[in-house]
Amino acid sequence: MEDEYVLQLQHIRKEYPGVVALKDVTLEVKKGEVLALVGENGAGKSTLIKTCSGAVIPTSGKIIVNGKEFTSMTPQRAAENGIAIIYQEFNNVKGLSAAENLFLGRPIKKGFVVDKAAMEREAERAFAQLNIKINPKTLVGRLTVGYQQMIEIAKAIEQDAKILIMDEPSAPLTSAEVESMFKVVALLKEKGVSIIYISHRLEEIFRLSDRVVVLRDGEYIKTLNTKDTNIDELIHLMVGRELTESYPPRPNCTTDEVVLEMQDVCGNGDEDINLKIRKGEVLGLGGLVGAGRTELAQMIFGAAKKTSGKIIYKGKEINPRSPREAIDLGIALVPEDRKRHGVLLGISVKNNINMPIYGRISRLSVINSKTESNTAVKYKDELMIKTPTLRQEVKNLSGGNQQKVILAKWIAANAELIIFDEPTRGIDVGAKYEIYKLINDLAIGGKTVLLISSEMEELMGMSDRILVLAEGRITGELQKEAFNQDTIMRMASAAKEAS
Amino acid sequence: MRESEFNRDAVVAVLKDRAIWLVFIVMFIVFTVTSDKFLSANNIFLICRQVSMFGIASIGMTFVILLAGIDLATGSIITFVNVFCAYLMVKAGFGMVSAVVLALAISIAIGFFNGFLVSTIGIPAIIATFATQTIFAGASYLLCKGVPINGFDPAFKFIGQGYVGPVPVPVIIMAVCFAVGSFILNKTYFGRYFYAVGGNEEAAKLSGIRVGNIKYLVYTLSGFFAGLAGIVMLSRTNSAQPTAGLGYEFDVITCVVLGGVSIMGGYGKMSNVIAGVLIIGVLTNGMILLDVHDYMQMVIKGIVLILAVGFDSLQNKTRIA
Repeated sequence: MEDEYVLQLQHIRKEYPGVVALKDVTLEVKKGEVLALVGENGAGKSTLIKTCSGAVIPTSGKIIVNGKEFTSMTPQRAAENGIAIIYQEFNNVKGLSAAENLFLGRPIKKGFVVDKAAMEREAERAFAQLNIKINPKTLVGRLTVGYQQMIEIAKAIEQDAKILIMDEPSAPLTSAEVESMFKVVALLKEKGVSIIYISHRLEEIFRLSDRVVVLRDGEYIKTLNTKDTNIDELIHLMVGRELTESYPPRPNCTTDEVVLEMQDVCGNGDEDINLKIRKGEVLGLGGLVGAGRTELAQMIFGAAKKTSGKIIYKGKEINPRSPREAIDLGIALVPEDRKRHGVLLGISVKNNINMPIYGRISRLSVINSKTESNTAVKYKDELMIKTPTLRQEVKNLSGGNQQKVILAKWIAANAELIIFDEPTRGIDVGAKYEIYKLINDLAIGGKTVLLISSEMEELMGMSDRILVLAEGRITGELQKEAFNQDTIMRMASAAKEAS
Repeated sequence: MRESEFNRDAVVAVLKDRAIWLVFIVMFIVFTVTSDKFLSANNIFLICRQVSMFGIASIGMTFVILLAGIDLATGSIITFVNVFCAYLMVKAGFGMVSAVVLALAISIAIGFFNGFLVSTIGIPAIIATFATQTIFAGASYLLCKGVPINGFDPAFKFIGQGYVGPVPVPVIIMAVCFAVGSFILNKTYFGRYFYAVGGNEEAAKLSGIRVGNIKYLVYTLSGFFAGLAGIVMLSRTNSAQPTAGLGYEFDVITCVVLGGVSIMGGYGKMSNVIAGVLIIGVLTNGMILLDVHDYMQMVIKGIVLILAVGFDSLQNKTRIA
C-alpha cells in the first residue's frame, strides 16, 4: 500500500524542432511523499513538470494519475485529477483581497452577487488549516512574497489538490519565510498530499525530501533515497557528463594590466562583490539562473545602480549612471535577451551597427552617410554577418547573425571590455562555434571579456578563469587548471550563510 | 523568372508602402469628377492653405507618435500662442517680431514641460499632455479675459494671408517645415534615435541612446511646431480667440495616423504624413463643395480614419500571425 504511486510519468519524451528537451524520462511519486527533482539549468525540470499541467504536450510517453492513463494533460484535466503547480510567477491579482484571490474564478455567490463575507469566512478556515496567519481582507499586493506563495498553496489545497508541484519555491523567500514554507510542506505531507519539490538549494532537499530524481541534459539519470545519498553524490550525478573538446583553441592572452576592478560592490541584488579582470583575459562568471550575474553586469554597464563599493576601470574610479556613459568609457554589454534588449528588430542592420556611434559620425547632428555605410560594410565583412543587404531589418536575420550584429556595433564603438551574457543561448551549433571564435579574436586582439554562461561546458571551454556566484555573492574562484564541474556546481549551490 | 518575381515583390512592397498616396489620388479623381469646382488652381491653393496649420503641427506630432507617445496639448498650445502673441502686440506694446519670437519661445517651453512630465516624472503621455492641455486652455481664457483680441499691425497679415507669386505664404511655411521634418528624420542621428526608441526603448537605451533626452526633444519639437501653427492661424484670422485651437490635436493626430505612422511607435514616414494631411484637406474641401452637411462630414471623417488605420492594423495582424 505504501508503495502505491499517485502520479507516474513514464518514458516521457519531448522534441522541439532541432532539439530533444526530454529523452525517456520516468518519474514516480508515492502518496504522501516529498519527491525532489534536481538538475542543472536546462536539465529539463521545468519542461517535465509542465507536462503535468498540459503546458507541454509530450511527444511520447504516458502520464498515469491514480491508475488513469493519459498521453497528455490539459489544465482542466490536471485540476480534475488533483494536480496543482506552484510556479515561480504567481497567478494572483494584486488589487484583490487574499480571500478573493483564494476563490479567484470560482467565487462564492449569493444569487448574482459575490458573497464577500462567506468568502472571507471560508478563507479564514482555509488559512487556519495550514496554520497560516493572513487576514483574508488584506490586498494581496500588500503581502510579502512569502504570504502570496502561501495563498497559492492554500488555493491548490482548496481545489482539492492531492499532488502539489513546487517550482523553486524557496528562491524568492527570506530565510524566515523559507522556514514557514517548510512547515506548511510538512503539514501537507502529513495530510497525505504528495509533493514534487524542485530546488537548486541542495541542503533543502536533504531536509525535506524522501527521494530524489536527478535529471541531466533532458535525460533521466537516477532516483535515490535521500537518506542514502549525500550532496557530493548528487552534484556528481547532476554534472557528470563527458566533456567534449569542441572549443576553438586560444593562447593565454591574459596580461598583468587590470582593466576592471570591483571593490566591495553592493547593489542590484548583489553583495560584497570583489573581482579583477585583466586585459586580454576571458573571465567566466558561473552560477545558477538568478545568482546575480546579469545584475552584476548591469552595474558595470550603467544599466543599474550600485549602492556602495567602488568600480575601478583602467585605474580610475567610475560610476556610470547610464549605458551611454559606460559605452563612452569603452564598456559594452551583449545582453542575455537578444531580441528584447540586444538588437532593434525593426531597424536595418546598418542602423543597428551604427547606433552607438551616430554622435561620432555626425557633424552638427547630420549623419555622414558615407562613414555610416563604410562602417556597416566593414564589420559585416569582418564578422561575416549573413544578410542579403545592409538595409535588411534585423528581425529577418538568424539568431547567430543577430548576435554578430550586436558584437559588430560594440567593436565599431571601440569597446575594450565586452560583457557577454549567455551569448550562445538559442543559437545553433555552427553559429555557436563562430561566436566562440569571435570571442577568442577579441581576447587575442587585446580586448577584455567577461563571459556569463549557464552552460557548464561553455564556461569551462572558453574561460581563462572562473568566478562562481550564488545568491548575489561570489562563492568561489577557479584557475583554468582547477576547472571541475563538481566544484563549480558545489560553489553555485552554496546557500547564503544564516543571516 | 526569378527576376520578374523579385520585381513583382518589389512593386508590391512599394505599393504597400505608398498605399496612402493611392488613396489620395483616388479621392482626388473622385472629387474632380463629381464637382466641377474642385479642380482649379485657386481651389487647390485654398486646400493647401486650409491644411497648412494641420500640416505644420503634424510634424511635431509625427515625432511624438514615432516614440509611441501622444501630444494632446497641441490644440491648447495653438490657442495659447494665439492669445499670448496678440496680447503682447496689442496690450503690452511689443513689436511684431519680438511678440512672435516670445510666443514661439512659450510654445517651446510648454513642449519642454510636457517632456519633463513624461520623461523625468514618468507620467503616461496621454495624461501628462491632457493636463497641460487643460492648463493652457484655461490660461488662454485668463489672459484674454474671455474676449477676442484684435487690431494688429497690418504687416502681420502677411504670414497667414500673404502670397509669394501665386503661392500662399502659409503653404510655403508648411513646405519648409515638412522639408525640415524630413531632414531631421532621415539625415540626422536624431531621426535614427526616434525610430530606435519608438521601436524598443530598452534596447535603445542599452545601445547607448539617452532615451530620456530624446523624449524631451520630441515633446519640445511638438510644442514648437504647434506654436508655429498658432502664429499662422493668428495671422490668418487676424483675431485671437480663446477657442482658436480647440480640438485641433485630434485633427493633427488623424493626419499623422492616416499617414501610416504606427501609434505603437517605431514605424512611419514623413512623406506619407504629407499624404495624410492632404487627404484631410481634400476630403473636407470636397465635401463642402458637394454640400455635405457639417455633421455628416464628421461622420465621414471618422469612418475614413477607421478604414485607414483598420487596413493597417489588419495587415500587421496577419504579418505577426
